[in-house]
Amino acid sequence: MGARTPPLRGTHEADGATFTDFGGWEMPVQFEGIRAEHAAVREEAGKFDVSHMGEIRVRGPDADELTSRLTSNDVSALDHGDAQYAAITNDAGAMLDDTVVYRLPESDDDDLLFVPNAGHDDQMYRRWTDHRDEWDLAAEVENVTAEYAMFAVQGPDAPGLVDDLADADLSTLSRFSAQYADVAGVECWVARTGYTGEDGFELVLPAEHAETVWDALDCRPCGLGARDTLRQEYGFLLSGQDFDPETNPRTPVEADIGFAVDVDHDFPGRDVVADQLEHGTDEVFTGLVLTERGVPRHGYEVRADGERIGELTSGTMSPTLDQPIGLGYIDTGYAEDGQGVTVVIRGEEKTAEITTPPFL
Amino acid sequence: MFDVPDDCYYLESHEWYRPADGRVGITDFAQDELGDVVFVELPDDGDELTVDDQFGVVESIKAVSDLYSPVSGTVADTNDTLHDKPELVNDDPFGDGWMLELDDVPEDTVDALLTPEEYREQIE
Repeated sequence: MGARTPPLRGTHEADGATFTDFGGWEMPVQFEGIRAEHAAVREEAGKFDVSHMGEIRVRGPDADELTSRLTSNDVSALDHGDAQYAAITNDAGAMLDDTVVYRLPESDDDDLLFVPNAGHDDQMYRRWTDHRDEWDLAAEVENVTAEYAMFAVQGPDAPGLVDDLADADLSTLSRFSAQYADVAGVECWVARTGYTGEDGFELVLPAEHAETVWDALDCRPCGLGARDTLRQEYGFLLSGQDFDPETNPRTPVEADIGFAVDVDHDFPGRDVVADQLEHGTDEVFTGLVLTERGVPRHGYEVRADGERIGELTSGTMSPTLDQPIGLGYIDTGYAEDGQGVTVVIRGEEKTAEITTPPFL
Repeated sequence: MFDVPDDCYYLESHEWYRPADGRVGITDFAQDELGDVVFVELPDDGDELTVDDQFGVVESIKAVSDLYSPVSGTVADTNDTLHDKPELVNDDPFGDGWMLELDDVPEDTVDALLTPEEYREQIE
C-alpha cells in the first residue's frame, strides 16, 4: 500500500515543505524551519495540517456504552460539544492509542466522534465494530478519516484569528469544548483543543474544502517537526514513540495520564490500572533537563549512581528554553524534581536533572 | 540552488575539504537537509584521522548525523565557536561554520574525493 497523503499535499509542496512518513502518511515535517515555526506558535500563531489524524464516528442508541467500554475515561460525562482525552487500552491495561472523544450535537441519539492517531484508524474501526458485534450493541461505526481534513491553529493569536473568520462567536468557547461553525464559509467542527500547550483550535472539515480554510488562516504554516518540539516542552505523549503496545507497552498510570482514567466504569485492563492508581507503578513517565552539552534522544539510557534507572522515549533541544530536554520512563524512586541523573549519550554519561513537565 | 564552492573537494556523505586552508565542514546541501543545527561534537587537537573515520557528530533539532573525515590528517584546530553558536553551520557552512583544520594531509587522499562538478551531480 502506498503512502496516504493529506488533501493539501500539493499545496504544501508548493509552499516549500519537506515531507516525512508518519504512521503511513506522507506529511509536511517542516516548511521554512523548525525553530522559526516553533517560535511562531509560542509567540504569535501557526497552522498545522494534521489530516493524518483519524476520525471515527460512533452513532446510535448504544454508541455511548460501546465507546465507554473501550476507553479509559467516562464518555457519559460528556455534554453536547464536550471533548475528552482518553486512553484506549488492551486487557493488560497497556495503551493501544490515546484519543480525544467529542460528543457531537446533531441528534437525540448518542453521536460521538473520536480521533485516533495516524495510521490507527483502521485498527480502531475494527476494534469498535468487533466489540459492538461481540457485545450485541446497537451502534453505527464509520471510519470517516478519508472524508475529512484536520487543521490545528495554535498560539496566542490563534483564537482571534479563527474567530475573525467564523460566523459564530468562538472566543467564548471554553477549553475542551467544540461546536460547529462556518470558518471562511466552510462548516467546520471547531474544538478548543491542541497539542502544543498553547491556546487555539482544532478544525475538522470536509476534505474537499481544505484549501479554502487553509488559505484563509493567515498565519505561518508549520510541520510535524515543530509540533514535536512544542509537545515535548509540555510533556505530551506521542503515540508509537512514548508508548507502543508492541515495543514499549505502558498503562495510562505509567504514562502519567491518570487524569484520563475513570475506574468507576469498566474498560479493558481496568483492574490493572485501578490497582496501579492505588499502589503506584515501578516506573513513571517524566522529564529531565540535560545540564551538560548534548541532545537527549529516544532510546538513550538514564542512570543514577552508574545504575540503569530508565530510558528516554523522546528528546530534543528545546527551542524556547534553548536547553536539551528529554521525556521517558524513570524508576519511580528517582522521579522527583531536582534528582540528579545521567543520560548515556554515545557511551558517555552526561549530567541531567529530573524535571516534571511541562518544562515551560 | 545549493552552494558548491569550486575550491573544495567533497565526500559522498556531504563533508567538504578545502586544500587552501586544510579546513573541513559539511556542505550547504547537508545543513539544509539537517535543518536547525543545535549541537556539534568535534575531536581533540592532535587526533589522527584517516579517510572515512568518524570524527564527530552534528545534531539538528530533528536528527543526529555522524561526521566523516574526507581526508587523512592530524587535527590542528577545531572550531570551538560552534559550541556556543552551532547555528553557524546553517548560516555559513563553508565559512564561519567550518569544523576542523587538518595538517599533514597526503595528496592521494584528496585525489579520491569528488570534484565540485561530481558533487553537484550527486545532489541534483
